[in-house]
Amino acid sequence: MKKRSIIPILYIAFLMLPIYWLVAMSFKTTNEILSGFSLFPQTFTLENYITIFTDPTWYWGYINSIIYVTINTVLSVCVALPAAYAFSRYRFLGDKQLFFWLLTNRMAPAAVFALPFFQLYSSIHLFDTYLAVALAHTLFNVPLAVWILEGFMRGIPKELDETAYVDGYSFPRFFVTIFLPNIKAGVGVAAFFCFMFSWVEMLLAKTLTAVEAKPIAAVMTRTASSAGYELGLLAAAGTLTIIPGAIVIWFVRNYIARGFAMGRV
Amino acid sequence: MRTENQKAWFFVLPVLALVAFNALVPMMTVVNYSVQETFGNNQFFWEGLGWFEQILRSDRFQAALGRQFLFTFLILLIEVPLGIIVALSMPRKGLWVPVCLVLMALPMLIPWNVVGSMWNIFTLPKIGLMGYFLNDVLGINYDMTQQPLSAWITIVVMDVWHWTSLVVLLCYAGLVSIPDAYYQAAKIDGASPWSVFRYIQLPKMKTVLTIAVLLRFMDSFNIYTEPFVLTGGGPGNSTTLLSIDLVKIALGQFDLGPAAAMSLIYFAITLLVSWVFYTLMTKDDAQ
Repeated sequence: MKKRSIIPILYIAFLMLPIYWLVAMSFKTTNEILSGFSLFPQTFTLENYITIFTDPTWYWGYINSIIYVTINTVLSVCVALPAAYAFSRYRFLGDKQLFFWLLTNRMAPAAVFALPFFQLYSSIHLFDTYLAVALAHTLFNVPLAVWILEGFMRGIPKELDETAYVDGYSFPRFFVTIFLPNIKAGVGVAAFFCFMFSWVEMLLAKTLTAVEAKPIAAVMTRTASSAGYELGLLAAAGTLTIIPGAIVIWFVRNYIARGFAMGRV
Repeated sequence: MRTENQKAWFFVLPVLALVAFNALVPMMTVVNYSVQETFGNNQFFWEGLGWFEQILRSDRFQAALGRQFLFTFLILLIEVPLGIIVALSMPRKGLWVPVCLVLMALPMLIPWNVVGSMWNIFTLPKIGLMGYFLNDVLGINYDMTQQPLSAWITIVVMDVWHWTSLVVLLCYAGLVSIPDAYYQAAKIDGASPWSVFRYIQLPKMKTVLTIAVLLRFMDSFNIYTEPFVLTGGGPGNSTTLLSIDLVKIALGQFDLGPAAAMSLIYFAITLLVSWVFYTLMTKDDAQ
């Protein structure tokens, strides 16, 4: 047993190395980075973080990202809830085909959609708005939310619905006051995964924004190319993008696998 | 079981409207472009299947497709066995389990362009930890901006770093669902570790493994941001995978027709392979 645990330890060490390096870089001065190799920051500095928190183009990048991610999460979960309920409770014409078609959108390469999305959202005057990115990300998040929620709802016995109707509950009242509390975990997991995939996606978010709704990712690319590669600043910005994910993941730690399996574990 | 009810369609309508807007309209735009030629000014001429023929025959597309299949093949070959091994050696219970799970999931929650930047900083010669260690400590000549082999190793290792945890998490979820009684029975029968794996653990992991392979196939086949940020497709064209090439043609050169035809071929390949996995997956569901 003891000998076996060396494998996960090595694996986690391998995962942590690049992250450590990013964090270490973010506390170094530009001089130190360029002057040579050092395993730990020699002159510990917060300068890079101060730059990010005082420069509006930087911190607005984060705020923009958080805004469209939040809109996307709320929207995806809200439309997915009734659909998942229908898939888990009823058979109807074309249900299997529809379910698979939803999954195909998760398979589509984002690169395929970059140009048509740009034209579509420009033509309805949503280009460079939070709503455009939030709507575009529903392409893969809504199918994901439907799949995850359906997996959780299947675990709730149908007797619960029937008892509620016998007791005289109307459907909306049953859904909100009885059914939803029973699948709390599922809603949490679905929301987490929508948050996550919207947060990490970059190609569409960058294509659909210019100035107003520019995500942090795009701000970083611009810095990398224009400001002569300020590695310390880039590292600090990168470190800050890890934090939201690290916080929310703790809450769903017991359900991560179920979410990744789209509710199929 | 589920009851027949056509009114259930009303519940599905919002999803249908939203996804149709996002998927069908752009898809029709792509189909439109793929059969027409344009010289700007919004003038279009019927082109038929010419673009498809041109793309399928072009060396550039075939090379990118070949690189893409090689990349995905390498990813599956490394990540799936490695994920199984790590999952098998994880402790089943204890205080450390949630900590391990969270640490393992962390790479997947990092924005994809940050993953690229992070590996760039990590592998820079002289400055990066890995670049310094390989070049100055081990004396291996490693520079991914110059050598195609270094670039390939870097993008493969980066993806292993980024996504192996997905396989680990899924397999682990399958493993913890095995009751202790199975292991005790195997012990009494004097089963070897291999037969425990082959006849108890592997069958339990079958469904999750199919899902893991499906997801890893789809995502590695569609990968764009991480290698783009890390290598930009270079040196030369050596790491230009399908998505990178597609974006180059569509947004760089603005060759709408060929780009659209390529999009459809690309999507069709992803769909076809995924469908095979999907039927395997739902066959298990039905049993």
